[in-house]
Amino acid sequence: MNHSHEPLIHIAKRDGIVWWKSWLIRLTGVVLALIVSALFIYGISKLDPLKVYGAMWDGAFGTSKRAWVTIRDTMMLLCIGIGLAPAFMMRFWNIGAEGQILVGGCATAAVMIYCGNAMPTWIMLVIMFAASCVSGAIWGLIPAIFKAHWNTNETLFTLMMNYIAIQLTNFLVSKWESPPGSNAVGVINLNTQSGWFPSILGQQYLLNVLIVLALAVVMFIYLRSSKQGYEIAVVGESENTARYAGISVKKVIIRTMAISGAICGVAGFVNVAGAAHTISTEVAGGRGFTAIIVAWLAKFNTFVMILIAALIIFLQKGAIQIASQFNLNDYASNVVTGIILFFILGSEFFINYEIRFRGGKS
Amino acid sequence: MAEEYAIRMVNITKAFGTKVIANNKVHLDLKKGEILSLLGENGSGKTTLMNMLSGIYFPDSGQIFVDGQEVTIASPHDAFELGIGMVHQHFKLVDVLTAAENIELGLPGKAVVDRKAIAAKIKEICDRYGFIVDPAKKVYDMSVSEKQTLEIVKTLYRGANVLILDEPTAVLTPQETERLFTVMRNMKADGKSIIIITHKLHEVLEISDRVAVLRKGEYIGDMLTADADAQKLTDMMVGRAVALNIERAEPKDLVERLRIRHLTVKDADGITRLDDINLDVNGGEILGIAGISGCGQKELLEAIAGLQPTEEGSSILYFPEGQEEGEELIGQNPRTISDMGVKLAFVPEDRLGMGLVGSMDLTDNMMLKRYREGRGIFADRKPPHKLAEDVVAALEVVTPSIETPVRRLSGGNVQKVLVGREIAMSPAVLMSAYAVRGLDINTSYTIYRLLNEQKKKGVAVIYVGEDLDVLLELCDRIAVLCGGRLNDIVDGRTATKEEVGYLMTYLKSPEEKEGQA
Repeated sequence: MNHSHEPLIHIAKRDGIVWWKSWLIRLTGVVLALIVSALFIYGISKLDPLKVYGAMWDGAFGTSKRAWVTIRDTMMLLCIGIGLAPAFMMRFWNIGAEGQILVGGCATAAVMIYCGNAMPTWIMLVIMFAASCVSGAIWGLIPAIFKAHWNTNETLFTLMMNYIAIQLTNFLVSKWESPPGSNAVGVINLNTQSGWFPSILGQQYLLNVLIVLALAVVMFIYLRSSKQGYEIAVVGESENTARYAGISVKKVIIRTMAISGAICGVAGFVNVAGAAHTISTEVAGGRGFTAIIVAWLAKFNTFVMILIAALIIFLQKGAIQIASQFNLNDYASNVVTGIILFFILGSEFFINYEIRFRGGKS
Repeated sequence: MAEEYAIRMVNITKAFGTKVIANNKVHLDLKKGEILSLLGENGSGKTTLMNMLSGIYFPDSGQIFVDGQEVTIASPHDAFELGIGMVHQHFKLVDVLTAAENIELGLPGKAVVDRKAIAAKIKEICDRYGFIVDPAKKVYDMSVSEKQTLEIVKTLYRGANVLILDEPTAVLTPQETERLFTVMRNMKADGKSIIIITHKLHEVLEISDRVAVLRKGEYIGDMLTADADAQKLTDMMVGRAVALNIERAEPKDLVERLRIRHLTVKDADGITRLDDINLDVNGGEILGIAGISGCGQKELLEAIAGLQPTEEGSSILYFPEGQEEGEELIGQNPRTISDMGVKLAFVPEDRLGMGLVGSMDLTDNMMLKRYREGRGIFADRKPPHKLAEDVVAALEVVTPSIETPVRRLSGGNVQKVLVGREIAMSPAVLMSAYAVRGLDINTSYTIYRLLNEQKKKGVAVIYVGEDLDVLLELCDRIAVLCGGRLNDIVDGRTATKEEVGYLMTYLKSPEEKEGQA
């Protein structure tokens, strides 16, 4: 009996890969992405792709102000990625960052509106930080408690919590709207700048950077070296092993999601008090989902996340710039962003799997 | 002349990888209209053989004849075209669908399902053989026995003439078993041929016409049930004793460590997994636990480890060194047991799914049970790193480095890492489940040596095993579980393989136990 139908192409999971090979694959991915994007740009617009890339760079870092906005937005995305890291490391699919950011932002805006001008800014910052932490943590705790005690599906639960947060934000916007009838809150404390992040060394966004980088360092150490970080890794790998080792799986799920939600709440605080100075659903604006890519691509290493968040924000800024500069449609620039992300994500496949051809060495 | 055999399997060989030969040149004949019992210990290759009939596995070599015609069964679909239906141990039903929907699922048909016609056909099958199935009932509302009935009706609905039942009685109560046997006899009277896989000798004797026996992947033989008795079948199943020359020191200075009383465990479905177990475990001896798999071994060890909820009235007392008073372990969890100062080492059956974390390196795995040690919020990785190096050196673990994820080590080395860690905690009680499963000879002997060293140190060693030869040469006492009950405790030095094999498969009645005592 002969029934060996060896397929032409065989996909096999790699046992492991040396670090330089994995970075070589990623680099190849980026280069290929740039080539394919160039062909695409030339194909539809007959523009010189190099000029278009130049414009992208210009859009992100062309002026000092643009560079700072790019950095600010990178920090915002990074902050959410840091928040998601412990949850995803525990294999808890927290796709509720969006909602956790919004409630954190709402709490911050509430402090700015009700306590604004009544106390020094630094006290307000502390209160806003605490309020955003607590509200984000609550938003993360609710699905975690249900998961721990009744094994509900956290993916659906956290997703639905997003919609509650969006409606809550819309309700608060209509309550706080200014001027009346605008259906927007407008800039809070425009004249006094009470509760706004102060400029440090003349840089408006330096405090954003300092807060988020501090979180990155703390989270890195927490996940790598603390006992709780170890518990998170064990629970994420196997709940059975965790129970065997005497780890209370329920406690770890609840505690970790409180931390995850709290940091996402802080992202809302950083955005409202440190950048937008207003509250709307745009405070999250889909970043809670984009940050999932950041967290996973970096394999929960918060320093690698800085690189990935910067790349994604760079692409977004560049896309906006080429759209306006060359009169390209918004969609064209989104296609370029999409191509680049596709190749970067695709290179992860080639890092984890290898392709063997029939007759090749096994 | 009409073909006498419904199924003939000739010279069937199936290997998994290069090491494990699940079936080696196995023959199996099934006559038309007969009930054939397929008997064998765990890992003897029964289910593998049947999976090749039902199209789940494909044989490496050999021939299969159905009704005298040689056939190729490459998929479950081929099997069902040939009229072969299998009811697996783990039911393959969709919980949220009704009985009728599960039966219809996957069959060709029109876009609109004619529920009335299906229900009528189901009713006809039920009436003919004596099944009770409510076509509108959802599977998640069904008892285990109802699900099994549905699985059988499903195969008949698809026109099966040959039915394969993989340990159908394992999940049934005696009354449900009786009902199953009644419909099996009805099916037989209707000309269907049935293969039943079972470990329970009395059921073999009660239901089947003929018995075929497999042992370690080899076909041992078959006999008419009329000529068979429990002892003959046991002898065929376990084979002759093989001398392994495992060293066994005389136990000395025995001290009671664990006193298990009235231990009863029910699983999530309410099925009794352990029934009123009374057992003493002593320091300084190796206590073997024998039994067909799934007879409560896992529940027993996990109950001691604090991982298994138990029924009211259960008690496991732990006697620390030099104390008269026992401490109750029931109601504790692994953490509180450890906090009580009970040094309980546990080498579970599922090494990478429970005992170790596959994606972590050796150091991180060494600290699994002691990562809390030391003050402060940070885990100290220096002692576990040292321990990992020590274990690698002492047990000759083959690994590229201490930083290699344990998942990438071979099975034997994984087990050395796990056993090494558990022994390093200087346990008072060391429990191991299937500690040498899948290991090569050398590693197996290393494990036996380690267990013996622990015994000499006065540790209470519990060894759950499946190979009777090993159990008889390694253990001082052997407790034999049968269907969740403690059937008997025998002396490892004097007991015979046949005796233990018989105890594993034939539950003694209370009267027999009385007579013995």
